Amino acid sequence: MSDSEKFVPKPEEIVSTPGADMLVSHTTLTTTTIPPTTQAEIELSGVVQVSERTQARRENWRLILRRPAFIIGVFIVLVWTVCAIFGDRITPHSPLDYRSIPHLSPRASFPFGTDEQGRDVLSRVMAGSRDVIKVAPMGALLGVFLGVIVGMVMGYFGGWLDNVLSRIVEAFLALPVLLVALLAVTTLGSSSGVVIGVVAALFTPVVARTVRAAVLAERDLDYVTSAKLRGESSAFVMFKEILPNVSGPIIVELTVRIGYAVFTVATLSFLGAGPQPPSPDWGAQVSEAFRVISAGIWWTTFFPAAAIASLVIAVNLIADSVQSVLEAS
Amino acid sequence: MSIASASAPSTTAALALEDLEVVYTVRGVDRVVLRGVSFSIAPGEAYGLVGESGCGKSTTAYAALRYLPRNGKIVSGRVLVAGDDVTSMTTSQLQRFRATEASMVYQDPAQAMNPSVKIGRQLVESFTLLGQSKSDAQTSALEALRRVRIADPVRVMDRYPFQLSGGMQQRVVIAMALACDPKLLVLDEPTTGLDATVEAEVLDLVRVLRKECNAAVLLIAHNLGIIRSLCDRVGVMYAGRIVEEGPSHQVFVDPQHPYTVGLLRSLPRHGVRKTERALATIPGILPLIGSDLPTCVFVDRCPLADDTCRNEVPPVVPVGTDGLHFTRCHHPDRIPELIEALPDIPIGILAPSDANPEVLELTHLSKTFRQRSVNVPALVDVDLQLAEGETLGIVGESGSGKSTLAKTILGIESADDGGTVSLDGNAVAPNTSSRSTDDKRAMQMVFQNPDSALNRSWSVRRILMRSVEKLTGIKGDEANKRVEALAAHLRLTPRHLDLKPRQLSGGLKQRVAIARAFAGDPRIVVCDEPTSALDVSVQAAILNLLADLQAEEKTSYVFITHDMGVVRYLADRIAVMYLGRIQEVGPTDDVFNGPNHPYTEALLSAIPSVDGEPTSRIRLEGEIPSPANPPTGCVFHPRCPRVIAGVCEVTEPPLLEVAPGHAMRCHIPIEKLRRLQAKTE
Amino acid sequence: MGRYLLRRLASAVVTLWLLATIVFLIVNVIPGDVGRRVLGPFALKEDVARFNHQIGTDRPLINQYFTSIRRLFTLDFGDSYQTQAAVSKIIFPALFRSGKLALLAFVITIPISIAAGIFAARRQDKVADRVVVNTGLATSSIPEFVTAAVLMSIFCVHWKLGHVFANPPAGTSVFGQLPYLITPALAMVIAYFGYIARMSRAGVIQGLQSDYARTASMKGLSGGQVMRRHILRNALAPTITVISVQVGYLFGGIIGVEKVFNYAGLGSTMLSAVVSKDVPVLQGAVLLVGIVYMVSTLLADVLIAFLNPRVRLERSR
Repeated sequence: MSDSEKFVPKPEEIVSTPGADMLVSHTTLTTTTIPPTTQAEIELSGVVQVSERTQARRENWRLILRRPAFIIGVFIVLVWTVCAIFGDRITPHSPLDYRSIPHLSPRASFPFGTDEQGRDVLSRVMAGSRDVIKVAPMGALLGVFLGVIVGMVMGYFGGWLDNVLSRIVEAFLALPVLLVALLAVTTLGSSSGVVIGVVAALFTPVVARTVRAAVLAERDLDYVTSAKLRGESSAFVMFKEILPNVSGPIIVELTVRIGYAVFTVATLSFLGAGPQPPSPDWGAQVSEAFRVISAGIWWTTFFPAAAIASLVIAVNLIADSVQSVLEAS
Repeated sequence: MSIASASAPSTTAALALEDLEVVYTVRGVDRVVLRGVSFSIAPGEAYGLVGESGCGKSTTAYAALRYLPRNGKIVSGRVLVAGDDVTSMTTSQLQRFRATEASMVYQDPAQAMNPSVKIGRQLVESFTLLGQSKSDAQTSALEALRRVRIADPVRVMDRYPFQLSGGMQQRVVIAMALACDPKLLVLDEPTTGLDATVEAEVLDLVRVLRKECNAAVLLIAHNLGIIRSLCDRVGVMYAGRIVEEGPSHQVFVDPQHPYTVGLLRSLPRHGVRKTERALATIPGILPLIGSDLPTCVFVDRCPLADDTCRNEVPPVVPVGTDGLHFTRCHHPDRIPELIEALPDIPIGILAPSDANPEVLELTHLSKTFRQRSVNVPALVDVDLQLAEGETLGIVGESGSGKSTLAKTILGIESADDGGTVSLDGNAVAPNTSSRSTDDKRAMQMVFQNPDSALNRSWSVRRILMRSVEKLTGIKGDEANKRVEALAAHLRLTPRHLDLKPRQLSGGLKQRVAIARAFAGDPRIVVCDEPTSALDVSVQAAILNLLADLQAEEKTSYVFITHDMGVVRYLADRIAVMYLGRIQEVGPTDDVFNGPNHPYTEALLSAIPSVDGEPTSRIRLEGEIPSPANPPTGCVFHPRCPRVIAGVCEVTEPPLLEVAPGHAMRCHIPIEKLRRLQAKTE
Repeated sequence: MGRYLLRRLASAVVTLWLLATIVFLIVNVIPGDVGRRVLGPFALKEDVARFNHQIGTDRPLINQYFTSIRRLFTLDFGDSYQTQAAVSKIIFPALFRSGKLALLAFVITIPISIAAGIFAARRQDKVADRVVVNTGLATSSIPEFVTAAVLMSIFCVHWKLGHVFANPPAGTSVFGQLPYLITPALAMVIAYFGYIARMSRAGVIQGLQSDYARTASMKGLSGGQVMRRHILRNALAPTITVISVQVGYLFGGIIGVEKVFNYAGLGSTMLSAVVSKDVPVLQGAVLLVGIVYMVSTLLADVLIAFLNPRVRLERSR
């Protein structure tokens, strides 16, 4: 999954690394440091008082809410969501029609300056969140949905089916995602539907890989054997028995994928395969403006670029917090 | 030399712990793991620490060498090794100390060595650290391998750890530990995870080496038999405290703390059988690590507890006159009451008579796996019968095919063509999915690890409900009533029904798993090591429960285990498996009294007994061969100490009946075996 | 080892074939008439037909499929729709230029990020560790083109340290090219630093907590000795894989960087091929990136097998 793959180490996504299997990402992010011996002692102490455990789970949520990273992430995402929902109803000026003097540097009346057509950059940045806020989560959601189904089938049935699908997934991983997305979007059109579909299609194999790994770990557990012994169907075992137990990795995957989706959608529109000018979309704005940086006009590029960065970082802060808390519990 | 630290002559001791307190910080909260542990070990002495999981015995071992995890810290107390205070050493002093004074051997030798460096280099490193030159170290390394009885040290030096078997790996780790001729050798569960016959070998080796090098030994083990067979003195730990200490023969024969008494009594010992009496259990549950235990740590589970115990910290009381045996109890004088209270209550179970109809019959059952285009026979031509209400114990080491047997009976694996599983005389389909609901209902399973066996995101009620509905066809309210009845039967309270498995203790989880197996009134329940993941005191309760259920429901058990004590208690008949073949099968008493197949003989002599009975009859050499490439003739012949040259490696002996119901697969005539085995006993 | 390599190679070939098939499907799933799309709505019908015949899009799909597979293994990707030049003549020089940029980026990234990972692991959960982890998380989540644009405004415009256009004039010496390439390379360094650093940190932490590290410390080795002699060798395998995977991923991110710095690499070539709907160029470039990815992961696996005897010996059995 080209460029977007690099936020969080996800070793299970990596092709054919024997060593990587043992290196689950908990190690990266979890801060609990009970050594194996003590862990085992605690685990095996046999008795887990009810109240104590429930408290621990409640504490998890308190822990996540106490994480500044999570709070900041949620706050930023909320701000951009509000901007996306209300758009030009809350911007100081119209993002499309308002005209002032071109290329005004940031000042009290225009905190982010104006662009080459004299439009207010602040208003455009606020309104420009709409596309990415709508498209990225939808694409990620759809991709995770499909990936869960494919990954579940791969992991649960194994055998030749898994072999064939794994090969295809591996081939997909060798595809430069952004390029394929670019190719698809330029030929099929850059409507939101197409971008969502393309993002979903490209994320499906990656999600499938993660889910497959999680399912493999579950498949050999005895509760699955027990289900078979009482004659449950494969679908029941997959979606009623196993699915709830792999929901943790799936939720983490979803948050991480949303981050990647924002990244991909923004880059696509920067490369010209997204909303076209005069749309205030961030990527499109940067694409329009970056060539005048050399003339010292930095604000037309900087503010939409910073907006992209803030949203991607915010989503990743959330993803990281969710991951730490889910994996520690 | 005791928990009474005042009397400890700490200057001369090889290891002296003085009132050691250790906490782990978990989620910002300090949890006390050791609550003032004191003991000392004289040079050349072997000291054992026993206790159930979570009691802090491993932490004690690591604290002794100051290798606590990052979140653990010594809050107070001292650790003296040969008079030097380990707790106050600088980093370089500590390195020096570890290089020259103390060593450690751990559980899981496979992980203990660097996977990507050859044995030779790792071993040589131990010697170069002592200042030896490369070539000297090379010689020393070879010598060290010979010392741990490795036959071909040159070849072993050139191998990577994963290319050695578990037993060999542990020998190498021991060789490394002994490199510096340590004054103190710490062994942390050194044989846990090894097969019984291999374990026996490693323990023999430790016994011999201890005499050779005169190091003081601190041995951590949950297996009381190992401690008994290896240690001069023993400390019994509970919830971060040593509650009793003394010479091991005294402590195990004449325990003086209610916990030790309970622990020893919950073991199936002295050949006791389910038909004779129920096993004793310790009421209550192990305390959570770091929970607040202000006075006597055992007070909540102690049958002798009174207000004094709840309000005052118990004193350390000497027992006897030799000044070696101590107990930490307010009422050591009342211990005999406990011993007398032994539950002689028979469970009411009767040995199944011959009149009982046969429910299960296996004929020519084989299972061959295909791995990388090689046929691996995991089960070879097994014939077995099981009567109603009977327990058939299956014993054997890893790779013996006992789990495959269970899976093949249940249809989780399909038997090879030609073999049949018959239920009440009718052959059933080879795999579960093509069996009828009635057939599925008739055969259920209890698994080794309840954590894996119960769906952790389901409530207990849902787990049981689903099995009831699926197996009996009963739905709705009626099913719910049945679930509640089932739970009550298994001594689960209604409160338990709405909890998730993770909120239950190991013993309760296993009860739920058993309840699930009984949801459809099965004829046969296959139990695959159902107690091996549990602590001793919990194990007793589960074994009692299984026996009770059998008495009431006339259920038949196929009971797989590696624990000879457990199988002796519960099984009516025993089948011994080796490399997928039944080597011996017979009534429990016959199998335990002999004469035996030489492999059974070895298995029986491999058990380190807590009663100190003579155990050393025969020892096996070498490792269990791979099932993919079984030896010719009798598959046991390469390891058999009674092998008949020219016969055993040529033809495989048939499974012949030597006495009514007692059959074995051996070329040696039964009378000769009787003589041989009587002589060595 | 030999058999392991052979098997690994065979699986790479299969993956490559699947990759070519996927690309073929994507290209042919696009509805419409290629000739019409390339030549535009005003071209004569006959011209469109002639064009279609010339490039072979009027042949049965299955034939086209075999042609494209053959091309993959002969590295002959046909002719560009746009310029009629051989695709290989266009994409190989572009790959070479992108390769220069990528190489520079990796030469800087790998040592810095591995060192940072080890540094952080040894101070796990302390402030220094948090700084490395969170910096890595933040910087690696920003799209490369954003970083590139910001770096350009600071480095090249404000401080005048680098060139706004990254294409060095023909004939510039290797060192003379550095000032041109350094800023875009830095944008990539920032993007990849976090991922590799986090991975090596994770590996080292795992090594530090391992039983074999405990054995080594119990032997009396110092912390540094344990790290050098025992941990690193085992801990870096996942990092090597990550790096090799990055090599493949890099060609996605490089498009943005090349666009910002107007650099004539593979990214720019692909971008212009997209704009002009030059399918053979695009197809060739995507396959080429796939090949680069396969080769780099293959090399990584060989390296890991070399470091880890278990892979080397067990897999060949």
